[in-house]
Amino acid sequence: MTPAERLADTVRVEGARILATLVRTVGDFALAQDAVQEAMVAALREWPRTGVPDQPRAWLTVTARRKAIDLLRRESARAGKEREAVDLMELSTPDLPPDSVVRDDQLRLIFTCCHPALAPEARVALALRTLCGLSTAQTAAVLLSTEPAMAKRLTRSRQKIAAARIPYRVPPDEELPGRLAAVCGVVHALYTAGHAPAGGETAVDLDACAEAVRLARLLHALLPDEPMPEAVLALLLFTDSRRAARLDAAGDVVPLSTQDRSVWDRASIAEAGELLRQSLRRTGGVADPYQLQAAIAAEHARAPSYAATDWAEIVRLHDLLLGVAPNPAAALSRAVAVAEAYGAEAGLTALEGVAAGSRWHAVRGELLARLGRYAEAVDATRAALGDDVAAPERRYRERRIARWSRRAEDGR
Amino acid sequence: MAQYLALTYTADINWWAPEHAAALAEYREFATQNAEHIAASAVLHPTSTATVVRVTGARGGDVVTADGPYAETKEALTGYYLLEAEDLDEAIALAARIPAAWGGAVEVRPVLAAR
Repeated sequence: MTPAERLADTVRVEGARILATLVRTVGDFALAQDAVQEAMVAALREWPRTGVPDQPRAWLTVTARRKAIDLLRRESARAGKEREAVDLMELSTPDLPPDSVVRDDQLRLIFTCCHPALAPEARVALALRTLCGLSTAQTAAVLLSTEPAMAKRLTRSRQKIAAARIPYRVPPDEELPGRLAAVCGVVHALYTAGHAPAGGETAVDLDACAEAVRLARLLHALLPDEPMPEAVLALLLFTDSRRAARLDAAGDVVPLSTQDRSVWDRASIAEAGELLRQSLRRTGGVADPYQLQAAIAAEHARAPSYAATDWAEIVRLHDLLLGVAPNPAAALSRAVAVAEAYGAEAGLTALEGVAAGSRWHAVRGELLARLGRYAEAVDATRAALGDDVAAPERRYRERRIARWSRRAEDGR
Repeated sequence: MAQYLALTYTADINWWAPEHAAALAEYREFATQNAEHIAASAVLHPTSTATVVRVTGARGGDVVTADGPYAETKEALTGYYLLEAEDLDEAIALAARIPAAWGGAVEVRPVLAAR
Protein backbone atom coordinates (compact mmCIF):
# COMPACT_ATOMS: atom_id res chain seq x y z
CA MET A 1 0.00 0.00 0.00
CA THR A 2 1.30 3.45 -0.90
CA PRO A 3 0.95 6.25 1.72
CA ALA A 4 -1.89 7.71 -0.38
CA GLU A 5 -3.72 4.36 -0.43
CA ARG A 6 -3.18 3.90 3.30
CA LEU A 7 -4.61 7.35 3.94
CA ALA A 8 -7.62 6.64 1.72
CA ASP A 9 -8.11 3.36 3.59
CA THR A 10 -8.04 5.05 7.01
CA VAL A 11 -10.54 7.67 5.87
CA ARG A 12 -12.85 4.99 4.51
CA VAL A 13 -12.73 2.66 7.52
CA GLU A 14 -13.09 5.47 10.05
CA GLY A 15 -15.77 7.15 7.95
CA ALA A 16 -17.88 3.98 7.87
CA ARG A 17 -17.38 3.59 11.63
CA ILE A 18 -18.56 7.08 12.56
CA LEU A 19 -21.51 7.02 10.12
CA ALA A 20 -23.42 4.55 12.27
CA THR A 21 -23.47 6.86 15.29
CA LEU A 22 -24.28 9.95 13.24
CA VAL A 23 -27.31 8.23 11.64
CA ARG A 24 -28.73 7.62 15.11
CA THR A 25 -27.95 11.14 16.38
CA VAL A 26 -29.50 13.02 13.46
CA GLY A 27 -32.16 10.35 12.80
CA ASP A 28 -31.76 10.79 9.07
CA PHE A 29 -29.90 8.30 6.93
CA ALA A 30 -29.30 10.50 3.89
CA LEU A 31 -28.27 13.56 5.88
CA ALA A 32 -25.79 11.59 7.99
CA GLN A 33 -24.32 10.02 4.89
CA ASP A 34 -23.91 13.39 3.18
CA ALA A 35 -22.22 14.84 6.28
CA VAL A 36 -19.77 11.93 6.59
CA GLN A 37 -19.09 12.07 2.87
CA GLU A 38 -18.21 15.77 3.13
CA ALA A 39 -15.95 15.08 6.12
CA MET A 40 -14.18 12.29 4.21
CA VAL A 41 -13.63 14.57 1.22
CA ALA A 42 -12.24 17.24 3.56
CA ALA A 43 -9.87 14.70 5.12
CA LEU A 44 -8.63 13.51 1.75
CA ARG A 45 -8.02 17.14 0.78
CA GLU A 46 -6.34 18.31 3.99
CA TRP A 47 -4.46 15.34 5.43
CA PRO A 48 -1.93 15.00 2.59
CA ARG A 49 -0.98 18.64 3.37
CA THR A 50 -1.20 18.69 7.19
CA GLY A 51 -0.35 15.04 7.87
CA VAL A 52 -2.79 12.53 9.37
CA PRO A 53 -4.01 13.90 12.75
CA ASP A 54 -3.08 12.03 15.97
CA GLN A 55 -6.69 10.95 16.36
CA PRO A 56 -8.12 10.60 12.83
CA ARG A 57 -11.42 9.31 14.19
CA ALA A 58 -11.90 12.34 16.45
CA TRP A 59 -11.06 14.69 13.58
CA LEU A 60 -13.55 13.00 11.28
CA THR A 61 -16.25 12.85 13.96
CA VAL A 62 -15.99 16.54 14.80
CA THR A 63 -15.86 17.52 11.13
CA ALA A 64 -18.82 15.31 10.21
CA ARG A 65 -20.89 16.76 13.08
CA ARG A 66 -20.06 20.28 11.93
CA LYS A 67 -21.14 19.37 8.40
CA ALA A 68 -24.33 17.80 9.77
CA ILE A 69 -25.16 20.96 11.73
CA ASP A 70 -24.64 23.03 8.57
CA LEU A 71 -26.89 20.72 6.59
CA LEU A 72 -29.57 20.75 9.31
CA ARG A 73 -29.53 24.55 9.51
CA ARG A 74 -29.77 24.85 5.74
CA GLU A 75 -32.62 22.35 5.69
CA SER A 76 -34.62 24.03 8.46
CA ALA A 77 -34.11 27.45 6.86
CA ARG A 78 -35.45 26.09 3.60
CA ALA A 79 -38.40 24.29 5.21
CA GLY A 80 -39.11 27.42 7.26
CA LYS A 81 -39.09 25.56 10.57
CA GLU A 82 -36.66 25.21 13.43
CA ARG A 83 -35.10 21.81 13.84
CA GLU A 84 -35.23 20.48 17.40
CA ALA A 85 -32.51 22.20 19.37
CA VAL A 86 -31.64 18.87 21.00
CA ASP A 87 -30.18 17.54 17.76
CA LEU A 88 -27.81 20.43 17.43
CA MET A 89 -26.88 20.30 21.13
CA GLU A 90 -25.94 16.67 20.98
CA LEU A 91 -23.98 17.20 17.79
CA SER A 92 -22.01 20.07 19.32
CA THR A 93 -20.53 18.03 22.20
CA PRO A 94 -16.81 17.43 21.87
CA ASP A 95 -16.79 13.90 23.40
CA LEU A 96 -16.51 10.82 21.26
CA PRO A 97 -19.06 8.06 21.91
CA PRO A 98 -17.68 5.11 23.91
CA ASP A 99 -16.82 1.90 22.01
CA SER A 100 -19.86 0.03 23.34
CA VAL A 101 -22.17 2.70 21.88
CA VAL A 102 -20.35 2.60 18.54
CA ARG A 103 -20.72 -1.19 18.43
CA ASP A 104 -24.47 -0.96 19.04
CA ASP A 105 -24.77 1.73 16.37
CA GLN A 106 -22.83 -0.35 13.87
CA LEU A 107 -25.16 -3.30 14.48
CA ARG A 108 -28.21 -1.06 14.01
CA LEU A 109 -26.81 0.19 10.72
CA ILE A 110 -26.09 -3.35 9.55
CA PHE A 111 -29.63 -4.51 10.29
CA THR A 112 -31.13 -1.45 8.58
CA CYS A 113 -29.05 -1.87 5.42
CA CYS A 114 -29.84 -5.59 5.28
CA HIS A 115 -33.57 -5.23 6.05
CA PRO A 116 -35.63 -7.87 4.22
CA ALA A 117 -38.02 -5.16 2.96
CA LEU A 118 -35.19 -3.96 0.67
CA ALA A 119 -34.42 -5.82 -2.55
CA PRO A 120 -31.45 -8.21 -2.23
CA GLU A 121 -29.34 -6.25 -4.76
CA ALA A 122 -30.15 -3.03 -2.92
CA ARG A 123 -28.95 -4.56 0.37
CA VAL A 124 -25.59 -5.53 -1.13
CA ALA A 125 -25.17 -2.06 -2.66
CA LEU A 126 -26.11 -0.32 0.61
CA ALA A 127 -23.72 -2.54 2.55
CA LEU A 128 -20.81 -1.56 0.30
CA ARG A 129 -21.74 2.11 0.32
CA THR A 130 -22.48 2.56 4.02
CA LEU A 131 -20.90 -0.35 5.92
CA CYS A 132 -17.68 -0.52 3.89
CA GLY A 133 -17.57 3.20 3.11
CA LEU A 134 -17.05 2.83 -0.64
CA SER A 135 -18.00 5.74 -2.89
CA THR A 136 -20.93 5.35 -5.28
CA ALA A 137 -18.46 4.93 -8.18
CA GLN A 138 -16.51 2.22 -6.31
CA THR A 139 -19.75 0.44 -5.36
CA ALA A 140 -20.79 0.49 -9.02
CA ALA A 141 -17.40 -0.90 -10.08
CA VAL A 142 -17.51 -3.74 -7.55
CA LEU A 143 -21.05 -4.72 -8.54
CA LEU A 144 -20.35 -4.29 -12.29
CA SER A 145 -22.88 -1.54 -12.70
CA THR A 146 -22.63 2.05 -13.91
CA GLU A 147 -22.33 5.00 -11.57
CA PRO A 148 -25.65 6.65 -12.57
CA ALA A 149 -27.52 3.34 -12.20
CA MET A 150 -25.93 2.74 -8.81
CA ALA A 151 -26.65 6.30 -7.64
CA LYS A 152 -30.30 5.79 -8.59
CA ARG A 153 -30.53 2.46 -6.76
CA LEU A 154 -28.88 3.85 -3.62
CA THR A 155 -31.13 6.92 -3.61
CA ARG A 156 -34.23 4.79 -4.03
CA SER A 157 -33.16 2.56 -1.11
CA ARG A 158 -32.48 5.54 1.15
CA GLN A 159 -35.85 7.01 0.24
CA LYS A 160 -37.57 3.78 1.13
CA ILE A 161 -35.74 3.59 4.46
CA ALA A 162 -36.97 7.10 5.28
CA ALA A 163 -40.49 6.99 3.78
CA ALA A 164 -41.45 3.50 4.96
CA ARG A 165 -39.67 4.05 8.28
CA ILE A 166 -37.39 1.04 8.24
CA PRO A 167 -36.31 1.13 11.89
CA TYR A 168 -32.76 1.80 13.02
CA ARG A 169 -32.42 -0.86 15.68
CA VAL A 170 -31.20 -4.34 16.44
CA PRO A 171 -34.18 -6.71 16.06
CA PRO A 172 -35.61 -8.30 19.21
CA ASP A 173 -34.44 -11.84 20.10
CA GLU A 174 -37.46 -13.59 18.55
CA GLU A 175 -36.80 -11.96 15.17
CA LEU A 176 -33.01 -12.17 15.33
CA PRO A 177 -32.46 -15.55 13.61
CA GLY A 178 -34.38 -14.59 10.47
CA ARG A 179 -32.92 -11.11 10.28
CA LEU A 180 -29.41 -12.41 10.92
CA ALA A 181 -29.81 -14.85 8.03
CA ALA A 182 -30.59 -11.88 5.77
CA VAL A 183 -27.43 -10.08 6.96
CA CYS A 184 -25.28 -13.18 6.41
CA GLY A 185 -26.81 -13.54 2.94
CA VAL A 186 -25.65 -10.02 2.08
CA VAL A 187 -22.09 -10.69 3.27
CA HIS A 188 -21.93 -13.95 1.33
CA ALA A 189 -23.44 -12.42 -1.83
CA LEU A 190 -20.84 -9.66 -1.64
CA TYR A 191 -18.00 -12.19 -1.53
CA THR A 192 -19.50 -14.15 -4.40
CA ALA A 193 -19.86 -10.94 -6.43
CA GLY A 194 -16.11 -10.40 -6.06
CA HIS A 195 -15.09 -14.00 -6.53
CA ALA A 196 -16.82 -14.73 -9.80
CA PRO A 197 -17.92 -11.53 -11.52
CA ALA A 198 -20.08 -12.37 -14.52
CA GLY A 199 -18.71 -11.49 -17.94
CA GLY A 200 -15.90 -9.29 -16.57
CA GLU A 201 -12.26 -9.29 -17.63
CA THR A 202 -10.70 -10.56 -14.38
CA ALA A 203 -11.97 -13.59 -12.49
CA VAL A 204 -11.20 -12.26 -9.02
CA ASP A 205 -11.97 -8.73 -7.92
CA LEU A 206 -9.75 -8.44 -4.88
CA ASP A 207 -11.66 -5.51 -3.43
CA ALA A 208 -15.13 -7.02 -3.15
CA CYS A 209 -13.70 -10.17 -1.56
CA ALA A 210 -11.62 -8.17 0.90
CA GLU A 211 -14.65 -6.00 1.77
CA ALA A 212 -16.79 -9.09 2.35
CA VAL A 213 -14.16 -10.60 4.67
CA ARG A 214 -13.88 -7.30 6.51
CA LEU A 215 -17.65 -7.16 6.94
CA ALA A 216 -17.81 -10.79 8.07
CA ARG A 217 -15.12 -10.04 10.67
CA LEU A 218 -17.03 -7.00 11.89
CA LEU A 219 -20.29 -8.96 12.17
CA HIS A 220 -18.60 -11.78 14.07
CA ALA A 221 -16.89 -9.27 16.39
CA LEU A 222 -20.23 -7.54 17.06
CA LEU A 223 -22.15 -10.81 17.66
CA PRO A 224 -19.44 -13.17 18.97
CA ASP A 225 -21.92 -15.71 20.39
CA GLU A 226 -23.93 -16.20 17.19
CA PRO A 227 -22.96 -19.31 15.20
CA MET A 228 -24.08 -18.08 11.77
CA PRO A 229 -21.76 -15.07 11.33
CA GLU A 230 -18.97 -17.26 12.68
CA ALA A 231 -19.67 -19.87 9.99
CA VAL A 232 -19.88 -17.20 7.28
CA LEU A 233 -16.46 -15.85 8.29
CA ALA A 234 -15.08 -19.41 8.28
CA LEU A 235 -16.49 -20.06 4.80
CA LEU A 236 -15.08 -16.80 3.41
CA LEU A 237 -11.63 -17.46 4.91
CA PHE A 238 -11.53 -21.02 3.57
CA THR A 239 -12.43 -19.79 0.07
CA ASP A 240 -10.06 -16.85 0.32
CA SER A 241 -7.17 -19.08 1.42
CA ARG A 242 -7.03 -20.52 -2.10
CA ARG A 243 -6.87 -17.12 -3.81
CA ALA A 244 -3.14 -17.21 -4.66
CA ALA A 245 -3.56 -20.58 -6.39
CA ARG A 246 -6.76 -19.78 -8.24
CA LEU A 247 -5.21 -17.82 -11.13
CA ASP A 248 -2.01 -18.52 -13.07
CA ALA A 249 0.58 -15.92 -14.16
CA ALA A 250 -1.51 -15.08 -17.24
CA GLY A 251 -4.55 -14.43 -15.08
CA ASP A 252 -6.28 -17.62 -16.18
CA VAL A 253 -8.37 -19.80 -13.88
CA VAL A 254 -6.66 -22.84 -12.38
CA PRO A 255 -9.22 -25.53 -11.46
CA LEU A 256 -9.12 -27.06 -7.99
CA SER A 257 -7.73 -30.30 -9.45
CA THR A 258 -4.46 -28.68 -10.59
CA GLN A 259 -4.03 -25.88 -8.04
CA ASP A 260 -0.65 -25.62 -6.30
CA ARG A 261 -1.75 -26.40 -2.74
CA SER A 262 1.56 -25.23 -1.28
CA VAL A 263 0.50 -21.59 -1.86
CA TRP A 264 -2.83 -21.98 -0.05
CA ASP A 265 -2.86 -19.65 2.93
CA ARG A 266 -2.42 -22.02 5.88
CA ALA A 267 -2.98 -19.27 8.48
CA SER A 268 -6.41 -18.49 7.00
CA ILE A 269 -7.23 -22.20 6.86
CA ALA A 270 -6.28 -22.67 10.52
CA GLU A 271 -8.35 -19.66 11.58
CA ALA A 272 -11.32 -20.80 9.49
CA GLY A 273 -11.10 -24.32 10.91
CA GLU A 274 -11.21 -23.02 14.47
CA LEU A 275 -14.17 -20.72 13.69
CA LEU A 276 -16.07 -23.59 12.10
CA ARG A 277 -15.44 -25.87 15.10
CA GLN A 278 -16.69 -23.20 17.52
CA SER A 279 -19.71 -22.45 15.34
CA LEU A 280 -20.68 -26.13 15.14
CA ARG A 281 -20.24 -26.47 18.92
CA ARG A 282 -22.72 -23.62 19.44
CA THR A 283 -25.41 -25.15 17.24
CA GLY A 284 -24.90 -28.60 18.73
CA GLY A 285 -24.78 -30.62 15.52
CA VAL A 286 -27.70 -29.06 13.59
CA ALA A 287 -25.87 -27.45 10.69
CA ASP A 288 -26.95 -24.35 8.74
CA PRO A 289 -26.02 -23.86 5.05
CA TYR A 290 -22.94 -21.76 5.85
CA GLN A 291 -21.58 -24.34 8.26
CA LEU A 292 -22.07 -27.07 5.65
CA GLN A 293 -20.40 -25.05 2.88
CA ALA A 294 -17.53 -24.27 5.26
CA ALA A 295 -17.29 -27.98 6.16
CA ILE A 296 -16.98 -28.82 2.45
CA ALA A 297 -14.25 -26.19 2.06
CA ALA A 298 -12.52 -27.61 5.18
CA GLU A 299 -12.53 -31.07 3.61
CA HIS A 300 -10.74 -29.69 0.54
CA ALA A 301 -8.26 -27.77 2.70
CA ARG A 302 -7.46 -30.95 4.63
CA ALA A 303 -6.78 -33.08 1.54
CA PRO A 304 -3.10 -33.39 0.54
CA SER A 305 -4.08 -33.53 -3.15
CA TYR A 306 -7.15 -33.50 -5.37
CA ALA A 307 -6.94 -37.26 -5.89
CA ALA A 308 -6.51 -37.94 -2.17
CA THR A 309 -9.65 -35.92 -1.29
CA ASP A 310 -12.36 -37.75 0.69
CA TRP A 311 -14.93 -37.40 -2.10
CA ALA A 312 -17.47 -39.69 -0.45
CA GLU A 313 -17.52 -37.33 2.56
CA ILE A 314 -17.89 -34.34 0.22
CA VAL A 315 -20.88 -36.01 -1.45
CA ARG A 316 -22.40 -36.65 1.99
CA LEU A 317 -21.94 -33.00 3.02
CA HIS A 318 -23.57 -31.86 -0.24
CA ASP A 319 -26.53 -34.13 0.45
CA LEU A 320 -26.95 -32.46 3.85
CA LEU A 321 -26.56 -29.01 2.26
CA LEU A 322 -29.18 -29.75 -0.41
CA GLY A 323 -31.45 -30.99 2.37
CA VAL A 324 -31.45 -27.63 4.19
CA ALA A 325 -30.87 -25.26 1.24
CA PRO A 326 -31.63 -26.71 -2.21
CA ASN A 327 -29.94 -24.67 -4.96
CA PRO A 328 -28.58 -25.41 -8.48
CA ALA A 329 -24.97 -24.39 -7.72
CA ALA A 330 -24.75 -26.86 -4.82
CA ALA A 331 -26.45 -29.59 -6.86
CA LEU A 332 -23.84 -29.05 -9.58
CA SER A 333 -20.95 -29.26 -7.09
CA ARG A 334 -22.48 -32.44 -5.76
CA ALA A 335 -22.47 -33.96 -9.27
CA VAL A 336 -18.75 -33.13 -9.57
CA ALA A 337 -18.07 -34.82 -6.21
CA VAL A 338 -20.13 -37.85 -7.26
CA ALA A 339 -18.02 -38.15 -10.42
CA GLU A 340 -14.80 -38.03 -8.38
CA ALA A 341 -16.06 -40.53 -5.83
CA TYR A 342 -17.94 -42.98 -8.05
CA GLY A 343 -16.83 -42.32 -11.64
CA ALA A 344 -17.79 -40.09 -14.59
CA GLU A 345 -20.83 -42.21 -15.49
CA ALA A 346 -22.30 -41.69 -12.01
CA GLY A 347 -21.48 -37.99 -12.30
CA LEU A 348 -23.42 -37.67 -15.56
CA THR A 349 -26.40 -39.35 -13.92
CA ALA A 350 -26.15 -36.91 -11.01
CA LEU A 351 -26.23 -33.99 -13.48
CA GLU A 352 -29.67 -34.99 -14.73
CA GLY A 353 -32.36 -32.86 -13.19
CA VAL A 354 -29.95 -30.04 -12.27
CA ALA A 355 -30.73 -26.66 -13.87
CA ALA A 356 -28.45 -26.21 -16.90
CA GLY A 357 -26.32 -23.03 -16.89
CA SER A 358 -22.94 -22.45 -18.50
CA ARG A 359 -21.05 -24.20 -15.68
CA TRP A 360 -23.39 -27.19 -15.95
CA HIS A 361 -22.44 -27.57 -19.64
CA ALA A 362 -18.73 -27.21 -18.77
CA VAL A 363 -18.95 -29.95 -16.13
CA ARG A 364 -20.85 -32.20 -18.51
CA GLY A 365 -18.17 -31.65 -21.19
CA GLU A 366 -15.45 -32.60 -18.72
CA LEU A 367 -17.20 -35.83 -17.71
CA LEU A 368 -17.92 -36.81 -21.33
CA ALA A 369 -14.23 -36.28 -22.18
CA ARG A 370 -13.25 -38.59 -19.33
CA LEU A 371 -15.40 -41.27 -20.89
CA GLY A 372 -13.62 -40.71 -24.22
CA ARG A 373 -16.78 -39.23 -25.79
CA TYR A 374 -14.79 -36.25 -27.20
CA ALA A 375 -17.21 -35.09 -29.92
CA GLU A 376 -20.02 -34.81 -27.36
CA ALA A 377 -17.61 -33.16 -24.92
CA VAL A 378 -16.80 -30.47 -27.50
CA ASP A 379 -20.50 -29.76 -28.11
CA ALA A 380 -21.20 -29.55 -24.38
CA THR A 381 -18.29 -27.18 -23.75
CA ARG A 382 -19.33 -24.97 -26.69
CA ALA A 383 -22.69 -24.60 -24.94
CA ALA A 384 -20.70 -23.44 -21.88
CA LEU A 385 -19.50 -20.22 -23.55
CA GLY A 386 -22.47 -18.00 -22.67
CA ASP A 387 -22.16 -14.23 -22.26
CA ASP A 388 -22.13 -14.57 -18.48
CA VAL A 389 -18.71 -16.28 -18.49
CA ALA A 390 -15.71 -14.22 -17.32
CA ALA A 391 -12.85 -13.93 -19.83
CA PRO A 392 -10.28 -16.18 -18.04
CA GLU A 393 -12.89 -18.95 -17.59
CA ARG A 394 -13.80 -18.58 -21.26
CA ARG A 395 -10.14 -18.98 -22.38
CA TYR A 396 -9.87 -22.13 -20.24
CA ARG A 397 -12.95 -23.63 -21.85
CA GLU A 398 -11.76 -22.70 -25.34
CA ARG A 399 -8.48 -24.55 -24.72
CA ARG A 400 -10.46 -27.63 -23.68
CA ILE A 401 -12.54 -27.44 -26.86
CA ALA A 402 -9.37 -27.24 -29.00
CA ARG A 403 -7.76 -30.24 -27.30
CA TRP A 404 -10.86 -32.44 -27.40
CA SER A 405 -11.58 -31.52 -31.03
CA ARG A 406 -8.15 -32.94 -31.96
CA ARG A 407 -8.83 -36.12 -30.00
CA ALA A 408 -12.25 -36.47 -31.62
CA GLU A 409 -10.51 -36.22 -35.01
CA ASP A 410 -7.84 -38.76 -34.01
CA GLY A 411 -10.41 -41.24 -32.79
CA ARG A 412 -12.34 -41.16 -36.02
CA MET B 1 -46.73 7.15 14.60
CA ALA B 2 -46.98 6.65 10.87
CA GLN B 3 -49.76 5.41 8.62
CA TYR B 4 -49.50 2.52 6.18
CA LEU B 5 -52.09 1.37 3.67
CA ALA B 6 -52.31 -2.41 3.66
CA LEU B 7 -53.86 -3.53 0.37
CA THR B 8 -55.18 -7.09 0.30
CA TYR B 9 -54.76 -9.14 -2.87
CA THR B 10 -56.76 -12.37 -2.88
CA ALA B 11 -59.04 -14.51 -5.03
CA ASP B 12 -61.60 -12.29 -6.74
CA ILE B 13 -64.70 -13.43 -4.80
CA ASN B 14 -67.98 -12.13 -3.45
CA TRP B 15 -67.24 -11.90 0.26
CA TRP B 16 -70.96 -11.89 1.16
CA ALA B 17 -71.53 -15.29 -0.42
CA PRO B 18 -72.44 -17.80 2.33
CA GLU B 19 -69.54 -20.11 1.43
CA HIS B 20 -67.06 -17.35 2.37
CA ALA B 21 -68.62 -16.61 5.77
CA ALA B 22 -65.82 -18.39 7.64
CA ALA B 23 -63.13 -16.49 5.71
CA LEU B 24 -64.89 -13.20 6.38
CA ALA B 25 -65.10 -14.04 10.08
CA GLU B 26 -61.29 -14.39 10.13
CA TYR B 27 -60.96 -10.84 8.82
CA ARG B 28 -63.42 -9.60 11.44
CA GLU B 29 -61.35 -11.30 14.12
CA PHE B 30 -58.21 -9.56 12.83
CA ALA B 31 -60.03 -6.20 12.91
CA THR B 32 -61.31 -6.71 16.46
CA GLN B 33 -57.98 -7.85 17.84
CA ASN B 34 -56.02 -5.00 16.24
CA ALA B 35 -58.65 -2.26 16.47
CA GLU B 36 -56.28 0.30 18.02
CA HIS B 37 -54.03 0.08 14.94
CA ILE B 38 -56.77 0.35 12.30
CA ALA B 39 -57.79 3.87 11.26
CA ALA B 40 -60.04 2.76 8.41
CA SER B 41 -60.83 -0.30 6.34
CA ALA B 42 -63.03 -1.55 3.52
CA VAL B 43 -63.95 -4.76 1.74
CA LEU B 44 -64.55 -4.42 -2.00
CA HIS B 45 -67.10 -6.04 -4.30
CA PRO B 46 -65.52 -8.35 -6.92
CA THR B 47 -63.69 -6.73 -9.86
CA SER B 48 -66.59 -7.71 -12.15
CA THR B 49 -68.46 -4.77 -10.60
CA ALA B 50 -65.64 -2.30 -11.30
CA THR B 51 -65.79 0.63 -13.71
CA VAL B 52 -62.71 2.31 -15.13
CA VAL B 53 -63.16 6.06 -15.66
CA ARG B 54 -60.98 8.21 -17.90
CA VAL B 55 -61.31 11.74 -19.23
CA THR B 56 -59.99 12.09 -22.78
CA GLY B 57 -57.42 14.75 -23.54
CA ALA B 58 -57.27 17.23 -20.66
CA ARG B 59 -59.48 18.22 -17.73
CA GLY B 60 -63.04 18.81 -18.93
CA GLY B 61 -62.72 16.33 -21.79
CA ASP B 62 -65.19 13.54 -22.55
CA VAL B 63 -65.80 11.03 -19.81
CA VAL B 64 -65.15 7.53 -21.04
CA THR B 65 -66.12 4.57 -18.92
CA ALA B 66 -65.18 0.95 -19.35
CA ASP B 67 -66.41 -2.18 -17.67
CA GLY B 68 -64.31 -4.12 -15.22
CA PRO B 69 -60.64 -4.63 -14.75
CA TYR B 70 -58.16 -4.87 -17.63
CA ALA B 71 -57.49 -8.58 -17.43
CA GLU B 72 -58.46 -11.63 -15.45
CA THR B 73 -55.82 -12.17 -12.78
CA LYS B 74 -55.47 -14.83 -10.13
CA GLU B 75 -55.27 -12.23 -7.37
CA ALA B 76 -57.17 -8.97 -7.29
CA LEU B 77 -57.36 -5.98 -4.97
CA THR B 78 -60.14 -6.97 -2.59
CA GLY B 79 -59.84 -4.53 0.28
CA TYR B 80 -57.64 -2.37 2.44
CA TYR B 81 -56.76 -1.40 5.99
CA LEU B 82 -55.32 1.96 6.94
CA LEU B 83 -52.87 0.92 9.65
CA GLU B 84 -51.18 3.01 12.30
CA ALA B 85 -47.75 1.76 13.29
CA GLU B 86 -44.53 3.01 14.85
CA ASP B 87 -42.34 1.82 11.97
CA LEU B 88 -42.19 -0.64 9.08
CA ASP B 89 -41.40 -3.59 11.34
CA GLU B 90 -44.63 -3.03 13.29
CA ALA B 91 -46.59 -2.51 10.05
CA ILE B 92 -45.18 -5.77 8.66
CA ALA B 93 -46.09 -7.60 11.87
CA LEU B 94 -49.69 -6.30 11.61
CA ALA B 95 -49.95 -7.10 7.88
CA ALA B 96 -48.76 -10.64 8.57
CA ARG B 97 -51.89 -11.15 10.74
CA ILE B 98 -54.31 -10.20 7.93
CA PRO B 99 -55.76 -13.47 6.52
CA ALA B 100 -54.96 -12.25 2.98
CA ALA B 101 -51.27 -12.66 3.84
CA TRP B 102 -51.62 -16.45 3.70
CA GLY B 103 -54.55 -16.62 1.26
CA GLY B 104 -52.88 -14.21 -1.17
CA ALA B 105 -50.66 -11.21 -0.51
CA VAL B 106 -50.70 -7.92 1.38
CA GLU B 107 -48.98 -4.87 -0.06
CA VAL B 108 -47.86 -2.39 2.59
CA ARG B 109 -47.43 1.22 1.44
CA PRO B 110 -46.37 4.13 3.65
CA VAL B 111 -48.86 6.99 3.50
CA LEU B 112 -47.36 10.35 2.54
CA ALA B 113 -47.76 12.55 5.61
CA ALA B 114 -49.65 15.81 5.08
CA ARG B 115 -47.30 18.80 5.21
